[in-house]
Amino acid sequence: MIENLELLIDVCLLTFLLLIVFAAIKTTNLFVATMLFGIFSFVTALLFLDLDAVDVAFTEAAVGAGFTTVLMLSALRLTGAFENVKHRHSVLGLFIVVLTGAALIYGVADFPNMGDANAPVHLHIAPEYIQLTQEKIDIPNVVTAVLASFRGYDTFGETVVIFSAGAAVLLLLGMGHAEPKHEPEQNLVLWVVVKPFIALILIFGLYVQFHGDFGAGGGFQAGVIFASGFILYSLVFGESYARQVVPASILPRFAALGVIIYGLTGLVSLLSDKTFLDYNALSSNPVSGQHLGILLVEAGVGLAVFSTVLLIFYSFSGVNHNE
Amino acid sequence: MIAAAIVALLITLALTLIRAFLGPNIYDQILAVNSFGTKTVLLIVVGGHALGWFSYVDIALMYAMVNFVGTLAVMRFFEQYKPQGENNDY
Amino acid sequence: MIISILSDICLLLGGILTLTGAVGLLRLPDFYSRLHAASVTESLAAPLLIIGVILDTGFTLDSAKLVLIIVIMVIVNPTITHALCRAAAHGRISPEMESETEFSGKESK
Repeated sequence: MIENLELLIDVCLLTFLLLIVFAAIKTTNLFVATMLFGIFSFVTALLFLDLDAVDVAFTEAAVGAGFTTVLMLSALRLTGAFENVKHRHSVLGLFIVVLTGAALIYGVADFPNMGDANAPVHLHIAPEYIQLTQEKIDIPNVVTAVLASFRGYDTFGETVVIFSAGAAVLLLLGMGHAEPKHEPEQNLVLWVVVKPFIALILIFGLYVQFHGDFGAGGGFQAGVIFASGFILYSLVFGESYARQVVPASILPRFAALGVIIYGLTGLVSLLSDKTFLDYNALSSNPVSGQHLGILLVEAGVGLAVFSTVLLIFYSFSGVNHNE
Repeated sequence: MIAAAIVALLITLALTLIRAFLGPNIYDQILAVNSFGTKTVLLIVVGGHALGWFSYVDIALMYAMVNFVGTLAVMRFFEQYKPQGENNDY
Repeated sequence: MIISILSDICLLLGGILTLTGAVGLLRLPDFYSRLHAASVTESLAAPLLIIGVILDTGFTLDSAKLVLIIVIMVIVNPTITHALCRAAAHGRISPEMESETEFSGKESK
């Protein structure tokens, strides 16, 4: 019965995905399109959960449904909310798209079945990682072990990429300032409810950060959730109060600090006569050295992601167009 | 019985989607999208328990929060946009 | 044994309520009545379904977190309903009334 249930859920969710995408393309109201893409992210995260990819589902929901929706809406505030519809049907375009799709499907038909244990991608280095995690790092979440320890260089690169994204937005848009006439109207119910809720979100963000070794979670998700708390504050109480709570000037510094924490962890290993980002050098016992290294590195990632997400939100919402 | 709850939730998701596509004004669509998000949280909890998904409670917790933030964001930005925007809702 | 029966009842009731809410969302004629249907059934169906899962799980850390989800749902759903209703009233969505003069004092069916 469980296989039938999983099959049913998979089929239903994939159908929903198709329907949502069709509706999002057909509508000309961009608010509606943004909301539909929000629930597209929800359904995608559900599918990831069904495929047992828990960390990916976590990140997809936090980033796709939460942060991207808010960002698109901030951008919609500056552009128009309705699409410029051009009535132009291109047969050549349709032909090229169908041809490419057919070529892709023909290529995919050769792949091994999804989840097949003998597929080359599952036999290359994944069993080695799974076994080595048990021996050398001893944390239950293999994804965090691979992310932070075995592939630490790649994660360092990702953190620097996130930092560069924040720097690019800062160069293009600047921080802006809060415009006083766009303050939200007073809504007592919302104010009373949201204040403890923000505390709950922030505590949950910290929980996800430190629990990433044992369950789903880690630095990326925690940074986004933590920033969502402050974004919620800004939405309900107004830009100017939010900029007093977290001043815009400290955010680039925090982002840089996150990257520096990551780099310094690697540098300490280098100075202790081992390779860069080899956490065994951080403590006398290699396993606890790995634990300490993963903790520091995830903290750096979380700080960098939090600052960048909040910085991008401030930049978008601080652009004041001429009324 | 838990299979019946999952099937009921899937049907509910489909019906809510229909309202999200149809809704004559945007508030209907905001309502339907928020309802979709809440039903997704319930589907994660019930489905996660029945199918043995790993660590589903944390994800359900986070979905509930993200749904709240997303819906509030849509309402706030829509009310901020509306005075300068079109007068018809759709 | 009795806990398993209770869990089944809760799950069944929750499923029925969810379906009712969805049918109401689809069939009712006016925005405010749809809002009412969706939010009232939601605020009861969510705790029932999660209580059904809690009774099935037993007394672990997971069930404590599930109780937290119930608390969040019960607080967040009415808040969103309130905010949405207020936004719609500001956006001048008018409810559908039976007769032209709404305060006429006559019962019109």
